[in-house]
Amino acid sequence: MIGRLAAIAYNTFREAVRDRVLYNLILFALLIVGASVLFGQISLEINRIVLINLGLTAISLFGVVIAIFIGIGLVSKEIEKRTLYTVLAARPVRRWEFITGKFLGLVMTLTVNALLMSVGFFAAVMYVSHRLGRGDLQLVTAIYFILLQFVLITALALLFSTFSTPVFSSIFAFAIFAVGTFAEDLRGFSSMATGVTRWMMTGAAYLVPNFAALNVISQVAHDMVVEPKLILLNTAYVLVYTAAVLTAAVWIFERRNLK
Amino acid sequence: MRLKPSSIILTKPMAAIDIQGLEKSYKTGFFGNKLKQGLKPLTLAVEDGEVFGCLGPNGAGKTTTLKLLLGLVFPSGGTARILGRELGDIEVKRFIGFLPEQPYFYDHLTPLELLDYYARLSGVDARERKHKVDAALARVGIRESRQTQLHKFSKGMLQRVGIAQAIVHDPKLVLLDEPMSGLDPIGRREIRDLVQELNEEGKTIFFSTHILSDAETLCDRVAVLHKGELKGVGVVEELLREVSGDIEVVWHGAQAIPALSALGAHCHATGDVVRALLPERSLEAALGALRQSQARLTSVTPVQATLEDYFLARIGEELPNEVKS
Repeated sequence: MIGRLAAIAYNTFREAVRDRVLYNLILFALLIVGASVLFGQISLEINRIVLINLGLTAISLFGVVIAIFIGIGLVSKEIEKRTLYTVLAARPVRRWEFITGKFLGLVMTLTVNALLMSVGFFAAVMYVSHRLGRGDLQLVTAIYFILLQFVLITALALLFSTFSTPVFSSIFAFAIFAVGTFAEDLRGFSSMATGVTRWMMTGAAYLVPNFAALNVISQVAHDMVVEPKLILLNTAYVLVYTAAVLTAAVWIFERRNLK
Repeated sequence: MRLKPSSIILTKPMAAIDIQGLEKSYKTGFFGNKLKQGLKPLTLAVEDGEVFGCLGPNGAGKTTTLKLLLGLVFPSGGTARILGRELGDIEVKRFIGFLPEQPYFYDHLTPLELLDYYARLSGVDARERKHKVDAALARVGIRESRQTQLHKFSKGMLQRVGIAQAIVHDPKLVLLDEPMSGLDPIGRREIRDLVQELNEEGKTIFFSTHILSDAETLCDRVAVLHKGELKGVGVVEELLREVSGDIEVVWHGAQAIPALSALGAHCHATGDVVRALLPERSLEAALGALRQSQARLTSVTPVQATLEDYFLARIGEELPNEVKS
């Protein structure tokens, strides 16, 4: 089982790399170098804040866009191109293994991509700050949260991919990412409602993935400390939420006729 | 010497595929409230070690049958056993090879990487994998191109890769969906030879095709499907006997044409030479008519029926144009 999962995950990673997905790194590098040179003209404190905001937001957005655009095709493209047939028809591969392997492969791609970006990002931070201190460990926490975001959005894109077309899947995935970014506000609104509406709104607000809690970019840019408790809670939240989404994806895919 | 009961069971040939009333209906219409029957209840057995052809025009239910057997679609009714195991038993897939119709593969990979990937998924031992991949590539004649990415391959080359991936793990049962489709005559010949070789090694081959001459050359037995329904099944020679019986008569003397036509012969004249096809039962009367017309008889030859004749006789005028001979 582990061998099959690893083979599917590695093939997904290899496909993404050969499809030149990592070319986005060039764009990121240009952005970071340009920003560093430009902000080098401004005062030290502000350019550091702007660079951290810009760099981490870029790492997050580049990854989310890749996660959605590749994630929505992970299953539907395989069905459309019929590459899936040779894997599921005559190999002892269970459908859940296929889904999980594809998920791990894309998460691996995004992680490698984000880590390479992070190297560039830290180099730029060092360039403008002339040093890296203990306080910069907060930046690592922010990057870790960004990786958690990728895990969550990949699972969601994969879920949509099991039953919908790529176009609709991308609309669903971007919509849910946008709504999830304002999850905290939704929870605030629901507390203002009353009766059944309050129940329903609270339910919906908690059902939406909380991407807001995973965004500490502004916090770390201003050298504010991220509580260890939040790291634990966010990790547990993403693991449970992702497991639920992947279970739903497997449940749908297990019942699907691959015509 | 008395045989134990278990020995008797072992000597009985096991069906490689045993299909019992397998059927498939699809929901259609905007609300999914209509049912379309893709495959009517099908009962069929493919014996161990035989080459079995599943024939039919496009939409006959051949691919649906294969997909049901391979667990890609789920049956609406009935059951099947493959190599003695129930449908849905995932472990049996270690012993099955499958070539889909017009196969597409991960075109970012090279044949070497692709076959290695499939061999890993099939559970081929790491020590044997390189050898088996090399052997499969050599067997289909693409060893030289093993490092070329698949998006640079022609259709015929991809078909060879398809065959290679179907046999890389040395399966007992090989299922081929339209293996000759889109190939030139040389490619078809090569695939035919390969199928024969695989069969000689003891593998059971089940393939679907609408190219009847291929089935006739290769198959021990065939099944004819049309509109999701089994129209006939049996040994090729026996099936042909059901539709054979025509005689070709050639003579000089066009004056005899009206008399022969009256006996039900289809006559075709080239100058004074006439060629006619007529049922065997009319032969005596036809020879008499030729004598009376003072025609000069050249030859009388029994016509060898083909699977196409059987096919046409079974599904008659419902046959669409794309069926090829």
